Amino acid sequence: MSLQSPLGRVLGKGSAKSGFHHWWVERVSGAALVPLGLWFAFAVAALPDHSYATVRQFIGQPCHAVLLVLLAATATYHSRMGLQVVVDDYVHGKGAKLVVTLLLNFIHAVLGVAMVLAVVRLSLGGAA
Amino acid sequence: MAARERPLSPHLQVYRFAYTMALSILHRATGIALSVGMLLLAWWLVAAAGGEAGYTQVVTCLGSVPGKVVLFGFSFAFFYHLCAGLRHLAWDLGHGFEKATARRSGAAVVIVSLGLTAALWALLLSRGAA
Repeated sequence: MSLQSPLGRVLGKGSAKSGFHHWWVERVSGAALVPLGLWFAFAVAALPDHSYATVRQFIGQPCHAVLLVLLAATATYHSRMGLQVVVDDYVHGKGAKLVVTLLLNFIHAVLGVAMVLAVVRLSLGGAA
Repeated sequence: MAARERPLSPHLQVYRFAYTMALSILHRATGIALSVGMLLLAWWLVAAAGGEAGYTQVVTCLGSVPGKVVLFGFSFAFFYHLCAGLRHLAWDLGHGFEKATARRSGAAVVIVSLGLTAALWALLLSRGAA
């Protein structure tokens, strides 16, 4: 079953604008989050306890820190992409859309940087 | 000018309710919930990076009854969005559009996400951490 229009099929063309890129990166980041998210959920649940020492030791292992940075960055990106679709659907008017979009950019930038920096700090053993 | 009857494209109210519609809305709802819930992950990580005293406070808060309810909801939202996302990826590849297949895959998404949530909390309980 094809969702292409007959004209589109003849011309062999897809979207004329940048919509495809958004669609594509949302799916790629989503697919990447499947193993990353499953690993995180079950790895953290499998810890003997969630005390400071245990969690620090867990994040202190380089491979865990790498996976956590990837998870934090990909989740932030995927969240930003997904929420944009919601904004495009429900927020009308140029001004409102611009304000909400910039606000979401700001929140996600702060969240992403904070999470990555936290993992890096724990990984390098900076916290007392 | 009097309002004229104009043709409308089909929308929610004109369709007979099917549970696959609820699943579709739930995918978006869980996506938004996960975006908000990411604040918890950031809170946990930043607290851990900040030292033991603050981290212990966060874990105490998340380990309380309301904290556990939120975490349980967060875990279900995560597993549901993951499974429904895989269903969407299959559609994007052109598979599973037949009505019967789509209904079956929808039911499978609910069952698998509930199963994964149960497995995660069984693991947490077995560790005595929940």
